[in-house]
Amino acid sequence: MNGEWLAGLIAAFARGLTGVTVQWMNCQPSARQRVYFANHTSHLDFVVLWSVLPRELRALVRPVAAQDYWNSGLRKYLAVNVFHAVLIERRARPSTSKPAGKPDSVQHQSVEQAPLQQSASIEQSAIEPTRIERAPGEHSLIEQALDNLLEALGEKNSLIIFPEGTRGTGEVIAPFKSGIYHLWRHRPDVEFVPVYLANLNRVLPKGEFLPVPIISRVILGPPLQLEPHETKESFINKAHQAVCTLGEL
Amino acid sequence: MIAKLDHQMLWIFAALVALLLLSSVIGFVLSRTAQSEGGKATVKNLNARIGAWWKMCGIFALTLLIGPNGSIFLFALISFLALREYISLIRTSRADHNTLFWSFFVITPLQYWLLYIHWYGLFVALVPVYAFLFIPLRLALEGDTSGFLDRAARIHWGLMICVYCISYAPALVILDIPGHRQDPKLLLFLVIVAQLSDVFQYIWGKMLGKRKIAPHVSPNKTWEGFVGGILCATAVGAGLWWMTPFSRLQALAMSLLITLLGFAGGLVMSAIKRDRSVKDFGTTIEGHGGILDRLDSVCFSAPIFFHLTRYFFT
Repeated sequence: MNGEWLAGLIAAFARGLTGVTVQWMNCQPSARQRVYFANHTSHLDFVVLWSVLPRELRALVRPVAAQDYWNSGLRKYLAVNVFHAVLIERRARPSTSKPAGKPDSVQHQSVEQAPLQQSASIEQSAIEPTRIERAPGEHSLIEQALDNLLEALGEKNSLIIFPEGTRGTGEVIAPFKSGIYHLWRHRPDVEFVPVYLANLNRVLPKGEFLPVPIISRVILGPPLQLEPHETKESFINKAHQAVCTLGEL
Repeated sequence: MIAKLDHQMLWIFAALVALLLLSSVIGFVLSRTAQSEGGKATVKNLNARIGAWWKMCGIFALTLLIGPNGSIFLFALISFLALREYISLIRTSRADHNTLFWSFFVITPLQYWLLYIHWYGLFVALVPVYAFLFIPLRLALEGDTSGFLDRAARIHWGLMICVYCISYAPALVILDIPGHRQDPKLLLFLVIVAQLSDVFQYIWGKMLGKRKIAPHVSPNKTWEGFVGGILCATAVGAGLWWMTPFSRLQALAMSLLITLLGFAGGLVMSAIKRDRSVKDFGTTIEGHGGILDRLDSVCFSAPIFFHLTRYFFT
């Protein structure tokens, strides 16, 4: 109860600070199970996106956040108790003894993110299948993360995810990691709603601590139209394109 | 501190309520008679504007009644929101972030705090001198030199218009005029004349407007609206001489000045909007657009009106 009250307060503050305007483009607020996926430029992203949803939906919508950032003290309290975030590990813990990963653990390696591989590799999204060192028989990080997300979705919840995996500068939307595709493969019944967050990189850019009150916009687009047998490349393309299109409005 | 509610203030408030009632009635009648699609849209916007006028007058009257500090607080908030609209609209760079934080959370409150403690000397110098030197310094410390002068100029210009110029309106309340000490009526006079000028220009422009004054900058401004609006608002201002330290003729001259400067402000702010390809600065005030759309005339008229009054009447 306490957490809910605080969440409402934080949401009101985020809305006031950023004077945010919301546009639902061919999309209506709904209690249907959804995955809201958005571009990612600021720590405020999920707070603002969450805060513009109708109050009755907020209790059902859970942001997905990186455990390494939100794992201690006040951050952890906010993430877990206030926003009911799903915390996932986005990189393997420093390896202890194992040598380089076995070839079979690379099978999920996605191809579409190759250009950004070097710069992005240190902040791999947990839901990104990647070269992971693990003991035989142990769940890989990707499988664990996916399990966490599916469990969090459950029968009635929705999720907020940032498929870029890490915050960008706001100029370009980085290629999406493939976790969102795997999520869809397991739950094709869920609506995938693209969201574009404008100006939040100016409110609280990566690396800054103090926010500046700049008017931001949240644009929610129509749910993705998907074929039953969409390939990974095609799914990721459609999803990325949907967010980019909203950004050009 | 509660301002003394004298007979003059009561008369003004009564007249404002009457005017608002009259416009609401006219708006209602028009909403029943409008035929064409374009006409209906115009009337809908007109009624949204009238509704917003009720709220704006209510808030403004309330803060006037609280006394000088009420006005100072109201305009501090207005400056903050206006600066937010301006900074959101223009291009800023990632390296401007900390300078912007200073502008919003240090310079803006400081300007109004100086009014609050009646430190006139620093009030007139803070933004044009200290902020003018501080902003480029802070940007230089950031280390990013690309577009340096542009970025510094944009931020400083925003502070000048949204904070410095607007803060002259509540500064009228602390002017030390014999017989009018801490009198909110001078501020009321400025706001009434400047806003009525906008309203009259809108009405004359909608009814008779044909010849555009500056089609590339502000397509809605016409010679008919300009002349009709300026004349009407100046006449009303001259008729309000009794609430000011001015004679009838002086009130007429001041009103003419306020309306002409108000027009200039509208034109300049329109140029910024056209450059950034937007129609309005924001959506805060229903029917009107943003705070800056409503206050562009006050931005230009307040500082000049203040200094003329201070020079000749204190």
